[in-house]
Amino acid sequence: MFLIKELLKNRLGTASLIIILFLAILAVFAPYIAPYDPLEINVDHILQPPSLAHPLGTDLLGRDVLSRMIYASRISLEVSLVAVGLSLVIGVVLGAIAGYFGGWVDLIICRFIDIMLCFPTIFLVLAMVAYLEPSIVTIMVVIGATSWMGLARLVRAEILSLKERDFVLIAKTYGASSLRILFKHLIPNALPPILVSASLGLGQAILIESALSFLGIGVQPPTPSWGNMLIDGKETLEVAWWLSFYPGMAILITVLAFTIIGETLQEILNPKRKER
Amino acid sequence: MILFLLKRFMVFLITLFGITVISFSVIHLAPGGPLSPITDFNPKITPEYRERLVKMYGLDKPLYVQYWEWLKKAAKLDFGRSFSPDQRPVWDKIKERLPITLLLNFLSLILIFMISLPLGVLGAVKAGSWIDRILTIVVFLGYAMPSFWLAIILMMIFGVKLQWLPISGLHSTLGYEEMGLLEKIWDWTKHLICPLFVATFGGIAGISRYVRNSMVEVLKADYILFARAKGISEKEVIYKHALRNALLPLITILGLSLPGLIGGSVIFETIFGIPGLGQLMWQAVMARDYPVIMANLFLVAVLTLIGNFLADIGYALADPRIRLGDKH
Repeated sequence: MFLIKELLKNRLGTASLIIILFLAILAVFAPYIAPYDPLEINVDHILQPPSLAHPLGTDLLGRDVLSRMIYASRISLEVSLVAVGLSLVIGVVLGAIAGYFGGWVDLIICRFIDIMLCFPTIFLVLAMVAYLEPSIVTIMVVIGATSWMGLARLVRAEILSLKERDFVLIAKTYGASSLRILFKHLIPNALPPILVSASLGLGQAILIESALSFLGIGVQPPTPSWGNMLIDGKETLEVAWWLSFYPGMAILITVLAFTIIGETLQEILNPKRKER
Repeated sequence: MILFLLKRFMVFLITLFGITVISFSVIHLAPGGPLSPITDFNPKITPEYRERLVKMYGLDKPLYVQYWEWLKKAAKLDFGRSFSPDQRPVWDKIKERLPITLLLNFLSLILIFMISLPLGVLGAVKAGSWIDRILTIVVFLGYAMPSFWLAIILMMIFGVKLQWLPISGLHSTLGYEEMGLLEKIWDWTKHLICPLFVATFGGIAGISRYVRNSMVEVLKADYILFARAKGISEKEVIYKHALRNALLPLITILGLSLPGLIGGSVIFETIFGIPGLGQLMWQAVMARDYPVIMANLFLVAVLTLIGNFLADIGYALADPRIRLGDKH
């Protein structure tokens, strides 16, 4: 709550929050807001430029671009939320274990993180997708499984500094178990930086999802996603600028909003250190 | 110093081992064993093809034997033959594309530094001013920009609307042989402007922000106060005293930014039709050409590892605290 109050004191932060809320509403109430059926093919209205009837124009199959984009916001938010949720679970658990227990457990986890960081995310994601069936669930799992490393490092560092504090010592003298200390005392105290990382992560997950969909191995047509809408946009960029302009704009604004929220929270939590 | 290098080399070897294990396990990722998705997805694969696969990966042997066999071959850069109709050795395919990707990434790395350094210093010196704010917004844009969309927009403006630049390939196909050397260089430059812009844009954001924050910290240090007190000109304070110290950690950042750069190749090489490693990876994934995918994944990780290792050594050579003492 304190964080949201502070966030609202920042103009850019407030604007970003409003954008995300707006997007969430669009996604949840898509069937009531979208003017047309996103999958309805209309051969009489192929590649129409933006007009009153179709504010953002129509695509190669005469489908309404605005309606498709509204439905696509569902997919993007869904994929990024689940993917980030997964990476939070992996990152927090591994980071907390490494930081709390130290020793060879820490060493093994740290090495594992180093190894995973050697693989460029997009290559790892592509390789994994090639062996699995392309579907929304696959994308979620693969993005989650390849994006937890930074978070694990962050949580490890937080736990390392927290575990020396007095309240942990007191909990220990009362005979609290390691698990209890970790989950009841340490992780809740590390929550603010985790939130920052999650917000930045949501933006990155949307970027990866749309890149994969654009490359044809993410969300599969006819299900609309901002990324796969751009496939048509690239094919028709000589005649229909609106097909590539608007979906890309949606990605840019959404990711920008998540990034600004993350960075603003970071500054609130730690005004001295403004790095990512 | 020698102790430091030895330690780093040990870490290098351990990480290399980890990379081989992970690359090897990706193929066993598919539920129901590595063969099921291949046969499920690819109707072209006949029983005879299947047999070839089993033999190639030794899938009938125990896992550790398979790993060992794969490792021995990988060490000799023998990654088997491609599943594509030409059935060429995978390494031959990679060999002709690797230099292109390396060249492009090298060029964009240089560009990123040439642009980020002055931007970062400017932001730090004018910290809090409107210039700093605009730079911050540019940085956010860099983080959030979908590179494939940026590529499409560039194609639309410079390729289609203005018709200034070609939108695909490394060089012209028509009449390229007859061009003189200068003309050829100009031809390459024209083709590479858009891809390099896309490759550079995201990198500038991260590095310039890093330089800025690092400079802001250094400018607060006592030795800067002391240098100023001595009456040294502001220019000298910034470029001679502050920048040098602020740049030191940048060597490590350089290493860390490698995977992102190489990863970006997939996007811009695919869009601009550049025959590099990234495009090969994408084509291989689309065709489910598993030997090529495996080899690519493995090689890119090893390249990143080597880059990180070199950055570590560079850092050690540049930092007198490590070069002279053994604090690590």
